[in-house]
Amino acid sequence: MPDSDVRPILEMKGICKYFGGVHALEDVDFELYENEILALVGDNGAGKSTLIKVIAGVHSPDRGKIYIQGKNVDIQNPLHARGLGIETVYQELALVETRDVADNFFLGREPTKDRFGIWVDKKKIMETTINTLKKLAISIPSLRTPVRYLSGGQRQALAVGRIIPWGGRIIIMDEPTAALGVEQSAEVLDLVRQLKKQGASIIIISHNLTHVFGVADRIFVLRGGKKVGSRLKHETTGDEIVKLITGAELV
Amino acid sequence: MIRQKWNLEIEQRETGVQAQRFLSLTAGLIKRSQVLTLLLILVVMSGYLSIHTKTFLTSTNIFNILRAFSWIAISAFGQAMVIIGGGIDLSAGSVMALSGVISAMLLVHGAGVFVSVIAGLGLGAFLGYVNGVLISKTKLPPFIATLGMMSIGRGLCYGLTGGWPVRKLSEGFLFFGQKDIPVLLWKVPLPAIFMMALAIISFILLNNTRYGYHIYAVGGNELSASLAGINTGRITILIYILSGFFAAIGGILMTSRLGVAAPTAALGYELDIIAAAVIGGISLRGGEGSVWGALVGAAIMQVLRNGLVLTGFPAYWQPSAIGAVIIVAVMLDQLKKR
Repeated sequence: MPDSDVRPILEMKGICKYFGGVHALEDVDFELYENEILALVGDNGAGKSTLIKVIAGVHSPDRGKIYIQGKNVDIQNPLHARGLGIETVYQELALVETRDVADNFFLGREPTKDRFGIWVDKKKIMETTINTLKKLAISIPSLRTPVRYLSGGQRQALAVGRIIPWGGRIIIMDEPTAALGVEQSAEVLDLVRQLKKQGASIIIISHNLTHVFGVADRIFVLRGGKKVGSRLKHETTGDEIVKLITGAELV
Repeated sequence: MIRQKWNLEIEQRETGVQAQRFLSLTAGLIKRSQVLTLLLILVVMSGYLSIHTKTFLTSTNIFNILRAFSWIAISAFGQAMVIIGGGIDLSAGSVMALSGVISAMLLVHGAGVFVSVIAGLGLGAFLGYVNGVLISKTKLPPFIATLGMMSIGRGLCYGLTGGWPVRKLSEGFLFFGQKDIPVLLWKVPLPAIFMMALAIISFILLNNTRYGYHIYAVGGNELSASLAGINTGRITILIYILSGFFAAIGGILMTSRLGVAAPTAALGYELDIIAAAVIGGISLRGGEGSVWGALVGAAIMQVLRNGLVLTGFPAYWQPSAIGAVIIVAVMLDQLKKR
């Protein structure tokens, strides 16, 4: 909860990001407090994905500063972001369809048997993947199945599940329920609450206001690349959020 | 999470009759692995030729075949890594010729064998590096960058030699391509031994190291790979360096075998090299395949050529036969994936 004595784990000040002439983000101030679930909402093109990609190290901001636990950081790339304890589930899921489930589980950070990080520890990949998927009760036909043969729900579950063993302090999820049915969505939202219980701070992007009000502590609204509001869940209503998203109250 | 009643692979493996499991595993492998299917085709072809010709199954003929496709196969291992990594390297043939020419020119100008060979290999790796930088930094399509490099390399071959083949290479250099090494009962050509060693090294690189994992990831989905923190530019440069390096090994072995570095050597070989990889089940879409596929693919092409000669098929028609094999092999692969 954002009380005066609770410090943000992540703070961004005056973030600007341009793509060519398009202002994707303009002077955005953003903060994520310790152990909260923050829903990031806004219309298509409002800048949500750009904002989280700045945090995840995919885009570097053209202007503005980022602080993690009060320390100014310059997040250079996705690997660096992970090193800082930022784990991301992308809307595009970031899976390699030709690789199997186990290899996707460790994509980009395969455990190695030697100090120089050359020889992949295949046994550890299989064991950790099986254990994590079992613990989360995620069902996948076989760890050797290429991801292209998985259903949308299974892919989503894999993309969410693979961030679990890394114990990230800040977890970002871009539309984690977009490809899912009702039951599966509820399970992902359960997982989000579970992650909060384990002490993580979570940013979740969703278009589904029912999900947003179901899981979030606070709601942060972007419109046209600008911050238009931040509301505690119990101090706002769906109507107000919709107005903020669409800009209706300005008319 | 998603409570469907599928079991994990491990649990499935714990049940079931052993023999049944073995049979279904074999059937599954043949269905899934183009390499095994191709190996079967290769065995059938060889079996047919052994029965119907007197000369096919002689150690001389077998070793001639091995020697003849060894340099194509070695270059195809590098090409395989490029294609698996989502690219293509059209400069392989020119790089083969140029590295041979450079090594040969250094030799006739009095440089030692070691220095000449290292220079040839280094040049191949360097041209590959340039390809990789052009593709990853300036975002040229791989087809265009390596097409340009193919022409530049060929031009250098002609320019440096004035169009004349380089002859009178020293004995120490000819050793690599012409020496036979006794293995058990046979005298195996050295290039064939190099080929097997390089196949194993390439396989280990692709299957057991992080570099290999990242090559497959970048070729399978470059965006996902970069979101997962893989330095895709570095992997791209790596695969083209490897392709240039392997092409240079192939080129030097070829030059050493022929005893002459002709500027026109290996003309059009890039297509044979790519064909070997493609016949071997390496998808041009990237992310899939293995070096064993490239090896078997190269072997099939050479056995086919050899078989056509031995059975008296008119030589001028050979390219058409090879072309038909390429189309049929890839078609089978496509059908299987449906």
